[in-house]
Amino acid sequence: MAQEEVNKILSQEYKLGFSVDVEADTAPPGLDIDVLRFISKKKDEPEWMLDLRIKALHRWEKMKEPHWGHLDYTPIDYQSISYFSAPKKAPNNLDEVDEEILKAYDKLGIPLEEQKMLQGIAVDAVFDSVSVKTTYSKTLMELGIIFCSISEAMREYPELVQKYMFSVVPMSDNYFAALNAAVFTDGTFVYIPKGVRCPMELSTYFRINAQNTGQFERTLIIADEGSYVSYNEGCSAPQRDENQLHAAVVELIAHKDAEIKYSTIQNWYPGDENGKGGIYNFVTKRGLCEGENSKISWTQVETGSSITWKYPSCILKGDNSTGEFYSVAVTSKAQQADTGTKMIHLGKNTNSTIISKGISAMHGQNTYRGLVKVAPDATGARNFSQCDSLLIGSECGAHTFPYLESQNSLGQVEHEATTSKISDEQLFYLRQRGISEEDAVSMIVHGFCKEVFSQLPMEFAVEAKELLNLTLEGSVG
Amino acid sequence: MMKIENLHAKIGENVILKGLNLELLKGKVHVIMGKNGAGKSTLSKAIVGHYDVEVTDGTINYKNKNVLDLTPEERALEGIFLSFQNPVEIPGVNNAYFLRTALNAKEKYQGKKETNAAEFLKLTRKHIEQLGMKSDMIARALNDGFSGGEKKRNEILQMEILQPDLIILDEIDSGLDIDALKAVSEGINRMKNGERSFLIITHYSRILDYLHPDYIHILQDGKIVKTGGPELVNILEEQGYQAIEKDL
Repeated sequence: MAQEEVNKILSQEYKLGFSVDVEADTAPPGLDIDVLRFISKKKDEPEWMLDLRIKALHRWEKMKEPHWGHLDYTPIDYQSISYFSAPKKAPNNLDEVDEEILKAYDKLGIPLEEQKMLQGIAVDAVFDSVSVKTTYSKTLMELGIIFCSISEAMREYPELVQKYMFSVVPMSDNYFAALNAAVFTDGTFVYIPKGVRCPMELSTYFRINAQNTGQFERTLIIADEGSYVSYNEGCSAPQRDENQLHAAVVELIAHKDAEIKYSTIQNWYPGDENGKGGIYNFVTKRGLCEGENSKISWTQVETGSSITWKYPSCILKGDNSTGEFYSVAVTSKAQQADTGTKMIHLGKNTNSTIISKGISAMHGQNTYRGLVKVAPDATGARNFSQCDSLLIGSECGAHTFPYLESQNSLGQVEHEATTSKISDEQLFYLRQRGISEEDAVSMIVHGFCKEVFSQLPMEFAVEAKELLNLTLEGSVG
Repeated sequence: MMKIENLHAKIGENVILKGLNLELLKGKVHVIMGKNGAGKSTLSKAIVGHYDVEVTDGTINYKNKNVLDLTPEERALEGIFLSFQNPVEIPGVNNAYFLRTALNAKEKYQGKKETNAAEFLKLTRKHIEQLGMKSDMIARALNDGFSGGEKKRNEILQMEILQPDLIILDEIDSGLDIDALKAVSEGINRMKNGERSFLIITHYSRILDYLHPDYIHILQDGKIVKTGGPELVNILEEQGYQAIEKDL
């Protein structure tokens, strides 16, 4: 039967599942104030940061893990996780990065030597808990653009960090955000000054390597008035039998006339067919369109993780501001994803677009959860939502939970949803025209994702397509 | 061109073809007629290797190969083309992109240079005009939201672009108005070159007025029970299948 062949295609091995041997400095498992002190000391942080961490820990201890997601997983034992792991040979300057780490990134197709880099992309590489290398920082500095690790930002630009951190995602926003606030280890900081258009794509590559370790990064991007930046993140992890927790927070602030384009290609290890292993991905991402005419656009291609809980959102505070969310989420094997967005319309004539494409195969469960909220003053607010699900096979599932709260009768909200299935008839039709089964599956899936892929920067669109092909590729027949 | 011998096939538990023999000659137009449920569509599906059909016995020889050993795409690349009775809709897949992928796959298989995008557009424009299709059809998603007539014209467009050697038309005439029937028939007639063979499955004689068949085969209960010239169509038209059943 055709279905078996398709499953064979889908059950491809995870190709980024290797790990490298790097001597690491790892905190003992467990979470208490001493661990926070350890992290803060390791990172040479200012005193105010440690105080914030301790405050966050106290709040987190009073909170409960949320279980409203359409997700089923073994409980997380927060005391068995190590909250910090860093390569022992901490690089003091860019030439001191451990050979093994450079090799690991090379293997992932991300060379960190600048002359080897694709032109026009600056990279911050985060390995377990620390940023190991940021490229092109000097070039960007000439334009006043700050692109560095968040640890460095805390030391070098404390006034910016103190002003903006926790301003979009408050430390006790939710359980995982509070956990992150207490233990976050590294991440990327970006500041684009007034009127500057960032001349290259900025990008962060997150890699989990160490065992029994969580990754808790925090990213903060500020686009000052009239500026523009396109930022991309990618991630992967070794193949391991136990689950690893990833709880990140991303905050974006777009001032008047500024635009932030944020693209994610998430390819954490998804676990095996029986749901063994894989990354638990509990992420809070939120952007604030602070000023008039500002714009924030989220594009995500989610192919990895065993559990995904993620709702990149926009608070449209400035009048005429725009929020966009383009998403492709693939769940295969035993993966579960509960993902979507929140568009909060506060300002007048604010505009939002949601395009969500969920692909489920094998035993994958895919849930779209979205909120469109129109506040009383948001006259002229408009939203368009489209949620499409594609099922491959009969043992997977797709679920859609769109929520709408409109407190302004002049708002205009549209929602469309479809569910379709790759049928044997479609596959056969393409094969009868001489197209191989593998190409036929990929053609149908790519056609389904087209509107989202077209939003990705070119290089990343190519990567996303290849990644999707890898997920779907395999021996046929 | 193709020789089918002692073909037995079933769909699920239902045995449909029961020792069918049929020879399709080079450059000739063959027609299969028969009552509903006689096995006409099963025969076409067996030839192209559709998942639904399980062949339990017999051989299908084509270009010195047993077709039954080939995958569906290999059969297509070897020049067997089926125009589907109900062409399936594939949302999001651009018609032109699909068609060029199919053409390039065939060119690659034959070791030829692949037609580039510009050449391809020129080629399709010509055919689209000839078929009286709307020019935006090629830019739309494959069969998505097409009317019945548009789907059938799109099948003929694919046939003309892919230039197959053996063309199977499964009820190409169903659901077509007179204009569409004419356009489709003209497309089929343009493909005749004295080399290509045609296997036309139909319920009605109307399209045969345009296509001028060479042989008519009557399929009944999983076997070819009678073969004759075009005159057989007139007997059927006037006296129905009963006349033939009596003869047997």
